[in-house]
Amino acid sequence: MLEIKNLRASIDGNEILRGIDLKVNAGEVHAIMGPNGSGKSTLANVLAGRDCYDITAGEVKYDGQDLLELDPEERAREGVFLAFQYPVEIPGVRNDYFLKAALNAIRKAHGEQELDAFDFLKMVKEKAKMVKLDPELLTRAVNEGFSGGEKKRNEIFQMAVLEPKLAILDETDSGLDIDALRIVAEGVNALRSKDRAIIVVTHYQRLLNYIEPDFVHVMVEGRLVKSGGKELALELEEKGYGWLEEESARAAEAEAAIEKTLAAVANVAAAANL
Amino acid sequence: MIAVSPQTEKYCAEFERVENSFAGPNWLKAIRRAGIDRFVADGFPTTRWEEWRFTPISPIAETSFRPARHSVPDAGMANSKSTACGDPAADCLTFVNGHYAPEMSRLCGLPAGVRAISLADGLKGAAVVIEQHLAHYAKLDKSPFVALNSAFFVDGALVHIPRGVIVESPIYLRFISTASGEAAISSPRILIVAEENSQATIVECYTANNGGVYLTNAVTEIVLEQNAVVDHYKVNRESPDGYHIATIQIHQDRSSSFSNHAITLGGAISRNDINTRLDGEGAEATLNGLFLGTGKQLIDSHTRIDHAAPHCPSHELYKGILDDKAHGVFNGKIYVHPDAQKTDAKQTNQNLLLSRDATIDTKPQLEIFADDVRCTHGCTIGQLQDDAIFYLRTRGISVEAARGLLTYAFASDIIDRIRIPSLRESLAEALFELEAPLLEQSGYLPT
Repeated sequence: MLEIKNLRASIDGNEILRGIDLKVNAGEVHAIMGPNGSGKSTLANVLAGRDCYDITAGEVKYDGQDLLELDPEERAREGVFLAFQYPVEIPGVRNDYFLKAALNAIRKAHGEQELDAFDFLKMVKEKAKMVKLDPELLTRAVNEGFSGGEKKRNEIFQMAVLEPKLAILDETDSGLDIDALRIVAEGVNALRSKDRAIIVVTHYQRLLNYIEPDFVHVMVEGRLVKSGGKELALELEEKGYGWLEEESARAAEAEAAIEKTLAAVANVAAAANL
Repeated sequence: MIAVSPQTEKYCAEFERVENSFAGPNWLKAIRRAGIDRFVADGFPTTRWEEWRFTPISPIAETSFRPARHSVPDAGMANSKSTACGDPAADCLTFVNGHYAPEMSRLCGLPAGVRAISLADGLKGAAVVIEQHLAHYAKLDKSPFVALNSAFFVDGALVHIPRGVIVESPIYLRFISTASGEAAISSPRILIVAEENSQATIVECYTANNGGVYLTNAVTEIVLEQNAVVDHYKVNRESPDGYHIATIQIHQDRSSSFSNHAITLGGAISRNDINTRLDGEGAEATLNGLFLGTGKQLIDSHTRIDHAAPHCPSHELYKGILDDKAHGVFNGKIYVHPDAQKTDAKQTNQNLLLSRDATIDTKPQLEIFADDVRCTHGCTIGQLQDDAIFYLRTRGISVEAARGLLTYAFASDIIDRIRIPSLRESLAEALFELEAPLLEQSGYLPT
C-alpha cells in the first residue's frame, strides 16, 4: 500500500529525514519509535502533505500513485489520514458540520452520494460512542477548549468517521492518562482491518501494550536504524535509545567517510583528465 | 463671510429652493435652517479632519446628488433577494428612496400604545414627543452629514414605546434604494423613544433594488429612559455603487440596557458613527459589529461610548474582514467622564486580512478622567491560520473551501450573537454564500 524509498526532507535548509525506506502493506500496523527530534513527526507530516518541508530526494508510492504529487486534500480523499500530535483549535467551526463537510468531500471524490443529515447523525453518534467521545463535543467548535484527552479522542473519532485506508497516528498517546490511552487504543484496535494500514508514531512503548504492532521501526536522526517485531519495542523500553543513537552516529560517520572518499576519487579522476 | 465651496453651494441653493415646501412646525424649520447653516460653515469633511483621517469621502462630495424622488414601488421589490433582510413577514415600516411606502409596510399585533409610524405622520399626530427629542442627541456639530440630514430629511420612522410596554417581536425599518438614472440622495431620519421600563427590538435594514450611484445619509436617535431595554440592529447591504453614511446616537438613562449589532456588507463607501452616552448609573451598552469589504470598498466603523455616570458597564466587539483592495477603518473611543467611577469598559477589535492589498486602520482610544475604573482594549490584525487550513485539508476539504470556512467562522462569532433567529439565519446564509460557496455542496450547514 505504501512504499517509501530513500525519502529525504529538510526544513529551512536543515535536513530532518535522511533517507527513509519503509514498506507498509494493507492490514499491517507499524510502530515508528524514536527519541525526540529524530524526525518521526516530520515523516508523518510529510506523508499528510504539509508544505513547509522541502523534499530533496526519494519517492513515496501509495497504491501505485506518487503520493508526493498530491495535495493534502487529495491524499485525504484517497484515504490517507493523519491524527495530529497537536490537533488545531478552530473557533467558529462546529465539529459535526466540519466532519460532515469532510466526509461528503471524500464521498463526492469517489462518486458516492452525499450522506443526508439523518444518516450522518446516526453514524456519527455510533462512532462517538465507540471512542467514548462526549456527544456534547460534537456541537462545539472543533477542538476549542477541549482537554488534551478530548482532542486526541476527537482525532480518533474523526478517523472512525472518515474510515481511511492509511491512518498515521502522530504521538496520539502523548499527554494521555492511562484511561484515556486505553480508550484511544481501543478505538484504534476497533479500526484494524485487513484493508487498512496503520502507522503509529510514538515516543513511548506504553501505547504498544494496547495497540500491538506487527512491525516496530526505530528512527534516529532522520533514519530508520532498526526494524523488528513487537519485541523490539520491549527491548527499547529496557535499554532506551542510547545504544541506537551511538549506532546511528557510527553509521553517519561511515556515510560521511564514504562521501569523503567518493569526493577524493572524483578529484583524482578530474586531475587524471588534465 | 465664509468661503463656500462649490460643492456645499449646490446644497445651499437646493435648500433655498425647497425650504418653503417643507411642511412641519416652526421648531422643525429652525432645525433645518440650523442644519444647512452648519453644513455650509463646515463643508464636507476631509482627511485633514481627525475623525475622517482614513476615510476620503471625496467621491461623495464631488457627486451632484439630487434629492431622491418618491417612486411607486413595484410589486417584486418587496420579495426580491437583494432587499431581503430577516423575516419577510415581520412587522415593518418600509421606505423607498427615503419615502414611506405604506403598501410595503405592515404592522399587526403591536401592543396598545406603541407607535411605529412614519416620521411625517408622527409630526401630525405625535409632534410633542418628536419635538422633545429630535435633534437633541445627534447634534448638528457631530458631523456635517448629521447637519445635512437635519436640513433635508423628508421622512423616516418614529418608534415610541410607552412606559412599561414590552414589544415581543422585532420591528423592522426597511430602507430600499432604487436606481433612478440620476445620482440621488435620501436622508432617512429615525427616532426611537423607549420610555421607562419598556422593551423593544428594532432592526434597521438598508438594501438596494438596483445598482447605480446613490447616497443614503441616515441619522438615528435612540432614547432609553430608566430601565428600558432596546436591542437594535443595523444591517447595511447597500449596492456596490451606493454610498452609505449613518449616525446612530443613543442616550441612556439610569439602569437602561442597549445593544447594537452593526453588520456592514455593502456600499462603495460606508461609514457608521455609533455613539452612546451612558447618562445614568448602572446603564449598560453593548456595541458589536461586523464589516466585510471586498473589491475597493471603504468601510469605516466609528464608535464612541461616553461613560458619564458611575457603575456603567460597556462591551464592544468589532470584527473586520477585508479582501481584494478593500479598506477598513475602526475607531473606537471610550470616554470616561470624571464622575464615572466603577466604569467597566471592554473593547475588542479583530481584523482578518484576506489579501495583500487589503488594509485596515484601527484606532482604539481610551480617555479616562475617573480614577476607579476598569477599561481594557485590544486589537488584532491577522491572516487565516496556515495550521488550521492544513488541518481542514487533511480531512479532505479543498484549500478554497477551507479558507471560506475559516473566514465564515471568524464572522459567525458576531452573527451568532444576533438574538433574532430569522435575522441571524438570513445573515448567516448571506455570509456563507459570500464566503464559502464551495462548501454548500459538501453539506456544511451554517445553522
